[in-house]
Amino acid sequence: MLKIENLKAEIDGKAILKGLNIEVKAGEVHAIMGPNGAGKSTLANVIAGKEEYEVTEGSIELNDEDISELAPEERAHNGVFLSFQYPVEIPGVSVTNFIKTAINETRKAKGLEDMPAKDMLKMIREKSELLEIDRKFLGRSLNEGFSGGEKKRNEIFQMAMLEPKLAILDETDSGLDIDALRIVANGVNKLKSKDNAVIVITHYQRLLDYIVPDFVHVLHDGKIVKTGDASLALELEAKGYDWIKELA
Amino acid sequence: MELQDKLLSSYVAFENHVDVNSDVHEIRSEALQNFEKVGFPSRKLEAWKYTSLNSVLKQDYSLFPSKVEAIELADVKKYFIHEIDAYKIVFINGKYSSFLSQTTHEHYDVCLMSSALTNPKYKAVIDKYFNKIAKQDNLTSLNTAFATEGAYINIPKNTEVKKPIQILNFTTGSQEATMLQPRNLIVVGENAQVQIIERHQSLTANPVLSNVVTEVFADKAANVDYYKIQNDETTASLVDNTYIEQQSNSVVSVHTFSFGGNITRNNLNFYQKGEHIDSILKGITIIEGKQHVDHHTLVHHIEPNCESHQDYKGIFNERSTGVFNGKVIVEKEAQKTNAYQQNNNVLISDKATINAKPQLEIFADDVKCSHGCTIGQLDEDALFYMQQRGIPKKEGKALLMYAFANTVLESVKIPEVKQRITKLIAKKLGVNLGFDL
Repeated sequence: MLKIENLKAEIDGKAILKGLNIEVKAGEVHAIMGPNGAGKSTLANVIAGKEEYEVTEGSIELNDEDISELAPEERAHNGVFLSFQYPVEIPGVSVTNFIKTAINETRKAKGLEDMPAKDMLKMIREKSELLEIDRKFLGRSLNEGFSGGEKKRNEIFQMAMLEPKLAILDETDSGLDIDALRIVANGVNKLKSKDNAVIVITHYQRLLDYIVPDFVHVLHDGKIVKTGDASLALELEAKGYDWIKELA
Repeated sequence: MELQDKLLSSYVAFENHVDVNSDVHEIRSEALQNFEKVGFPSRKLEAWKYTSLNSVLKQDYSLFPSKVEAIELADVKKYFIHEIDAYKIVFINGKYSSFLSQTTHEHYDVCLMSSALTNPKYKAVIDKYFNKIAKQDNLTSLNTAFATEGAYINIPKNTEVKKPIQILNFTTGSQEATMLQPRNLIVVGENAQVQIIERHQSLTANPVLSNVVTEVFADKAANVDYYKIQNDETTASLVDNTYIEQQSNSVVSVHTFSFGGNITRNNLNFYQKGEHIDSILKGITIIEGKQHVDHHTLVHHIEPNCESHQDYKGIFNERSTGVFNGKVIVEKEAQKTNAYQQNNNVLISDKATINAKPQLEIFADDVKCSHGCTIGQLDEDALFYMQQRGIPKKEGKALLMYAFANTVLESVKIPEVKQRITKLIAKKLGVNLGFDL
């Protein structure tokens, strides 16, 4: 699914990723953990194609195709989804209209007609029920005045609607109370299949109680310094990150 | 000959031709004297610092179009909000077109200024209202001196006008350059309601200068909902001078949609003469090329317990320029005033300019006055967010700009107007929005 080799990236001339390797296969869940400033969010943004970051070396392959030169929307059309740590507020565009536009633009890029309104409504109903989202919420302006939990739930709702191949959840647990965390994790688990993959970026182990990873990677100073199974997350929770810094 | 001299020298013939015996004669003469004294506004005046009429005043305008010209409805239908049943007061080159109009005298007067100014039946109303709130300044005085035609609307008390009234001024370009002085008077009685849509439209590329004066009187608990659609040829300039007086418990809203023209200047003035009044001023400006749109607003809070809400959005592309000058005066007696002013601008090009100036003069101590003014580019983070969801950059930009302007559209009460404006915005931004609006 995703294969990243020797990835180096910088922003404003400052190197953040310094030769990162990771391979994620279909059906897998990977967690990426690490201290603040390790480059976790940068990795997410670089995979999604944010223009401020410059890839100076290495490759990002999605299903054997190098996507590192593609525009963000083209990567999205190829099945990359990033759940943002800080979802942007867009006053004046409702959640429903936004997701309709996103779906139909993706379909257009694939040479398909717009999704019939009836199918769209049905899908919106199903997916909003899955994430326990109130119908009224869908008519509100995107993320405007949403609580932290509502924003994150809305991200996962969009993920459910767009059905990506590769979903990257960037600190989706931050700002969530335990009930919201359970709903979000439950949503992600229901959407997981043998054909898609999930990368969970998190600072804490908490979310991984609900979304159980097949692999846990520790990112430090722009590189993956340790990889293990789910038990590595527990070890990090108990011991902190200082010993990792010494590994590097 | 300079335009000012041409206007002054043609006045005697004009005044003889209209009716020297009417009461308006004196008002006209005074106005002309005032115009003679002050002349056209120059950039030396604070209020005209950022808007120069010099290039516009150089044209050799025809001042008095001689006869009515016929135009086919099919050719101009698109300029009407034709999806709805409406009264229509239509002028072609400043002359009334009965063919395109639909007026009434049945329960209220939706008719012509020319008859209101000359027919004794309307004398009492003209005496009471004509030129009573219009400022004695340069361009308004000029209009007053030469005003003969326009819309006359008088809605008696407790009457709701069931369908909107559209006022349209077409210019056909039959003269090389045309100057118009439309004059509208709108009197809305106690507890009466009316909706008005106004548009000025040139049908050719020949230069046009319209210097419009509109006086609106909203009596107690009256409700006036006014829409100005400005989307003209780039050779047509407009100075819109609108004066609105409100009595207690009345609500007047004016939406101004400025999507094109050469130089567009809006002088929108509200005078609150009672308590519990609400004044709503909203505008969307989207221009490009070398177009220029200037909004000068004034809200004069005179009595206590009143509100005003201003929300102006501007999107400026290429070398276009914008001005927003929002003045709010709160008199000492006007305690518990709630005055809100918001002006947000997006510059899409490095060459575009906006001059924004909020002006608050507050003499009362127990008031809530807020103002906010922003000038920025489109939010790159929001663009990336949309791209990440599969929305291409161009569509994303359009969606962001649409969203940016949308807060102004929310208060549009006529669905067909809202739809039309939305379509105009989409067209201006060069995209099809991927959803029904």
